[in-house]
This record gives sequence, structure tokens and C-alpha cells, in this order.
Amino acid sequence: MAEVTTKPSIDLAAIADKWKGKDGSLIMILHTVQDALGYVPRETSLELSRLTGVPLARIYEVLTFYHFFKLTPPAKYQISVCHGTACYLKGASDLTKELHNITGVNEGETSEDGMYSVTALRCVGCCALAPVMLVNGRVYGGVKPADVKAILNEIMKEGAQNA
Amino acid sequence: MIKATINGKQIEVKEGTTILEAARLVNMRIPVLCKHPDLEAGSGCGICIVKAKGIGKMLRACSTMVENNMDITTHDPEIVSVRRTVLELIMSNHPKDCLTCARNQDCELQRLCAEFGIREDYFPNILERHKYKYDNTTKTIVIDGRKCIACGRCVNVCQKHQNVWALSFQKRGIETALSPAGDITLNESPCVKCGQCSNHCPVGSIVEYDETQKVWEALNNKDKYCVAQIAPAVRVSVGEAFGYPIGSNLTGKLVSALKKLGFKAVFDTNMGADMTIIEEGNEFVKKFKAKDNLPLITSCCPAWVDYLEKFHPDMIGNFSSCKSPHEIVGVLAKTYYAQKNNIDPSKIVMVSIMPCTAKKYEISRSQEMFSSGQQDVDVSLTTRELARMIKQSGIDFKNIEDAEGDSVLGTYSGAGTIFGTTGGVMEAALRTAYHLITNKELADVEFKAVRGLKGIKDTVIDVDGTKVRVAIAHGLANVDALLKEIEAKRAKGEPSPYDFVEVMACEGGCVGGGGQPYGVTNELRKKRAAGLYKDDESQKARCSHLSPAVQTVYKEFVGEPLGEKAHKLFHNHYHKRKTYNK
Ligand code: SF4
Ligand code: SF4
Ligand code: FES
Repeated sequence: MAEVTTKPSIDLAAIADKWKGKDGSLIMILHTVQDALGYVPRETSLELSRLTGVPLARIYEVLTFYHFFKLTPPAKYQISVCHGTACYLKGASDLTKELHNITGVNEGETSEDGMYSVTALRCVGCCALAPVMLVNGRVYGGVKPADVKAILNEIMKEGAQNA
Repeated sequence: MIKATINGKQIEVKEGTTILEAARLVNMRIPVLCKHPDLEAGSGCGICIVKAKGIGKMLRACSTMVENNMDITTHDPEIVSVRRTVLELIMSNHPKDCLTCARNQDCELQRLCAEFGIREDYFPNILERHKYKYDNTTKTIVIDGRKCIACGRCVNVCQKHQNVWALSFQKRGIETALSPAGDITLNESPCVKCGQCSNHCPVGSIVEYDETQKVWEALNNKDKYCVAQIAPAVRVSVGEAFGYPIGSNLTGKLVSALKKLGFKAVFDTNMGADMTIIEEGNEFVKKFKAKDNLPLITSCCPAWVDYLEKFHPDMIGNFSSCKSPHEIVGVLAKTYYAQKNNIDPSKIVMVSIMPCTAKKYEISRSQEMFSSGQQDVDVSLTTRELARMIKQSGIDFKNIEDAEGDSVLGTYSGAGTIFGTTGGVMEAALRTAYHLITNKELADVEFKAVRGLKGIKDTVIDVDGTKVRVAIAHGLANVDALLKEIEAKRAKGEPSPYDFVEVMACEGGCVGGGGQPYGVTNELRKKRAAGLYKDDESQKARCSHLSPAVQTVYKEFVGEPLGEKAHKLFHNHYHKRKTYNK
């Protein structure tokens, strides 16, 4: 079933105006944009450059310097695998491998259809549960490669129900 | 004044002098890589470290000022070994393609490795630089990101000196990559193709787009009639590739060498400059008298044209419609010269030898570049490419006899030759404008106030009681500042502060062009310019309108300046362009 999504819109001029002339304004503007849209689209950066007179190259220097900023829309299912010491020793890379088998996505990438992204995390802080995997912010502990498929299925089912 | 000691010798320097500069006073050369004399220190590479007594860490000579009573050591075994380590680390991340690199024998990194006697890979080559950008999309310069040592000079020049911001460092740490904003090519970026990045890169990571092979093929093609022209600034810089003192004027040797390479006729871009002055001078006087859209802004620099079309399209109406000198020689070669000598213009291959990378772009930038019915200039080579061709051909440049240019297209006035330096176009135009306004000749043709390397020069010229307000800017950041001043006045409804403005994109003008021999500094720019002023002084005709060649061409072929034929052949239109195409 096709999903109807309305893209959240932002008033860039107002945001830019709010931070005008303040120190570190570029970063604050970009934060606001990403909070609202989940990433910073290129058109937004181009428009921001026009509005503020900050060259696009400088905007991209900032965007690509900080891992926090995303240039592509977030995937529908954002999967992360903890690679902290405990999780690593307990087989985090096997989970990454299994995720690749199922979704075709390598660590650090997003699938072309925008469904999955897989990222590595450094210590989530619940080492007792190692290895830990997160899907859209929900934590799964003691995950074995054989569990991965079931976890994804469960989340996707929920997603379908909520839609 | 600050008193300090370097290697045991007392020195006295002005406040704000870096250790790097001070070391020259005691004849010590501290190696540098990320620091270029034109640019502020980026303090990135660390090869310039020195010691100062009582200071626990080593200091970067390029960015540390000398302080009172500093006791500095520039060289000792430990310092040298740290510098060697810096080099070895850079090498661990640099391809060793020296034999096939465009900077072979003219590379700052290669030279340092030779001086330090680096003989082996001390650190393993761990990084995969090959995933970094290779970009030849502008067809003027080529970026090979594998070779980049991340010194930052190109970014500095492009952002701060040229104010184009085409280049930037993306990502960080080990992944730092030289690139335009985002995943786009340089040609989709605002790059104006000035080539200053290539001229400031210490290694072979940014070089000119090489078209020598194209020219060899044309020269070897029996069906083609190859002709060449030499830009003003090339004659005073090409000698650097052959060991001449800087600024030597080698017009005669260049003509001779080009003939030996197989060119059937060699013309002079200076003659085209004289033609530009006739057209532009008349255009100026017409607008000046009518107070129409002032200031008139010169347009012979293609990087500047691109910049204006992208960043100041509102000023297009102020732009001289006159073509650049080499385009004029190009169109004259394929019309006037071809008709006179019964040559089929479609067989003529016109090769311009230019100090410039942007000329490679200019030759096909709009339909007016085809006004002879063919592409008026077929190939534009940089000074660096020509020097390579001469060396390859085996010509003993230093010992060949001088030769003279061919046809009237090969002779010029002193005004034409100074086109190659900042202020030169203005001075040449003023010499002719004076005549056009007063119908008299100048007793002293020199306008010293428009000369020199100051970023923005402005002055008022008294033309027999009429005041002409002129401004000259070079280096696009300076140009941008000047334009903003004019635009601000205009926005407020005030009259323009200037009548006539000369712009050159590169600092120093064409003598400092992006296609010139490497290692440019202000000292070099001055010496190259001095060579042009000397050439000017030695000419019988020092004003474009007094050049017999110009008079002949108008009489035999063009008719009136700004006339119908002149318009068709020598003039141009401009269009607003996007800064980003993606
Ligand atoms: S050619 Fe000029 S504008 Fe283009 S990237 Fe190099 S310095 Fe910047
Ligand atoms: S391309 Fe050249 S000038 Fe630019 S950062 Fe790399 S090494 Fe330095
Ligand atoms: S030359 Fe001083 S840090 Fe690079």
C-alpha cells in the first residue's frame, strides 16, 4: 500500500533571521533544519547560502565535518549495532554481517530505497546486554545473528499496523 | 624593533616578523610545504619547525613571530630528523608516480625528498587515496585528489584571494578530501577556471588540462595550416623554464621556437590588445560623453567574465562588449589574414600561447567565439605547456636566433604589451582615450598611478581639463570589494564613483596568471611586469592608435571602430550564469 507522507516544511528565512549575526549561527541553523527534516537537503543548503551569504562550500565544510549532520533522508528503519568493547567481543560484527545478508546494506550505508540504514555505535552503556542492537531507538540486548530477522519482522509489522 | 638570536647570530626585525622571514637575514632556508609566500600561514604540515631556548616544544617558523630575546635554532640533528619524519609521513600517503606526474622536476615535495635524501618507504602506505577525486570536467584544470597532501593552499587561494569558494575541504581527519561543496564536479561548482589553485599547489594534485598532444597532431597534419600567437605576459615568464633571469623579454626567441615547432606564421596577441584598445577606447569615450552606464568595466580576462556572469550579473550592462585580444587575433587570422594570403580558413589551426588556464574555456564559451565562421581560436596552451613542447622538440632555446612576428598581426605598440600586467589595460586605454577626447597626443604616455601591486588602485586622470575617475582591481576578492562599493552606491541611487574600471582575476594580472611557471611571488610578479614596461619603452609606437599594424587593418579590412564589421567580429554578449549547476 502506498504511504502518504507529507514532508515536514520549514520556514528557512525565519530560522536564518533568528540566528542572524550571532556567533556560531550557521551550526545552529543547520541543527534546526536537521531537527525538523531529519537531514539537511541540498536545496535547503543552497537556499540558506542565498539567504545568509555564507558560501555553499563553507556550509558543506560544516555539514561534512560533523558526523551528526546527515545529507540524505533518514532511512525508515535505522539500525545500529554497538561496537563497544563488550559488544565487539560478543560478536557485534556477526550481527553486522547478518544485517547485510538480510538488507544488503553495509555498515555506514543506507539502502537505495531508503528503507534501511546500518550504522556502528560506540558503547550504548548497557554492556551487560551485549551484543546490543538498536532499531529506531529501541534497544535489543543479547542478540544472536539468528534473532536479527525476527526483530526486523516485528518492527516492520508494527510499522504496517501504525500506518 | 625586536632583538633576537638565530643560530647564534644577533638579528633585529620589525615586530610581527615570522621566524621563517627572520631566518633569511642569516641566510638560512627553513623548509616549508603548506606555507606559500602569497598566503597566510595555515600551520598544517609541521615541516618548518624550529627550536627556541627555554620553550619546551618545537615552534612552527611559518606562523610564529620572533619575540624579544628569542634564541632560535633552525637546524640541528633532532630538528632535521623531525622534518624527515614529517616528510616520511606525507610520503606514506602519497602515490610515488613522479615519473608520470605533471610536476616531475618542478614539485616542492619531490624537491624536499631529494634534499632530505629519502630513499625508502619508512611507513607503510596505508591510506587508499585513490578513492579521492579525479576531476577534469572544467577542461582547464585537472584535480587529482590522490596526490593531495592537504596543505590547504588551493582552498585558501580559491576562497580568500579569489572569493570563488569552488574548493573546500570536505569531511575531516584521515578522510579529509579536497572537493567542491558536496558530491558534484568542479564544472558544476562556481569555479571560474582562473587556475590559481594549480599555481599554488606544491605538488601535482592540481595542474593545467594538458592539450599539447592536440597541438602536436595539428602540427603533423599536412592538411592543416597552423598559426600561433603569443600573449603579452608569456614573453616575460617563459624564460624561467630555461634558466633566464626573471622578467627577460624573449619575444624573438619565442617566435623563432614556434616556427621551428612547425607553425607557418606567428602573430602577437599584443596586436590584438591594440585592437581591443581601439574598440574599447571608443566604447569608453562614447559612454563617458553620454554618461551612459558608467563605469565601463574591462572584459579581456575570461575568469573575470565568468565571475561577473555568476556573481554580479546585475553589472552586465557595465561590461565592455569588446572581445579579448587573442580572440581578436584569432578572428583576424581566419578572415583578414586568410583572405590576404589565399588560405582556406577551415584549414587554419589557431593556437594561442597564454599565461592563463581560463582561456581554454573562453575559446568556446559563446557563439561569438566562432565569428569567423570557424572556431576563432582552436587551442589555448599555457606557458607551462609551451615550455614542455619546446623542450620535447629538442630546440636549444637559449641558442636559437631571434625571429620576428609575421604579417601586421605580428607587430604591436607599447600599449599592447603592457596588457599583461595589472594597470596595463587601463594605461593603454587612457593613452588612446586621451587622443579620442582631445584629438591631441600625450607628451608623456606613462600613467604611473595605475601601476603596481596594490590590490585596488584608484586615481583621477586629468584629460585636458576633463576628469576621468578610474579604478583598477586584481585578485577577485579585491575585485569583489570594488564591485560591492559600486553596487552599494547604485542601490542608493548615487552616481558611480568611477568612470572606468579595469579588472584582472589573477593577482598581478596576467603576469601572475594561473598558467604561468610555478613558484609565483610578488617579487616575481614585479620582475615580470618590469619586463613588459621595458618592452613598452623600447617600442616606437607606444599608443595603440599609432600602431601602423592597427591602422593598416582598419584601413584595409575593418573600416570604422565600433562599425558594423567591427561589431560582428570583435564584440560579445554576456549572460547570467548559475553559480551551482547541481
Ligand atoms: S580555478 Fe580558480 S576558481 Fe577554480 S577552483 Fe581553482 S582557484 Fe578556484
Ligand atoms: S590540491 Fe595541492 S594545494 Fe590543494 S590541498 Fe592538496 S596539495 Fe595542497
Ligand atoms: S610550512 Fe609551517 S606548518 Fe607548514
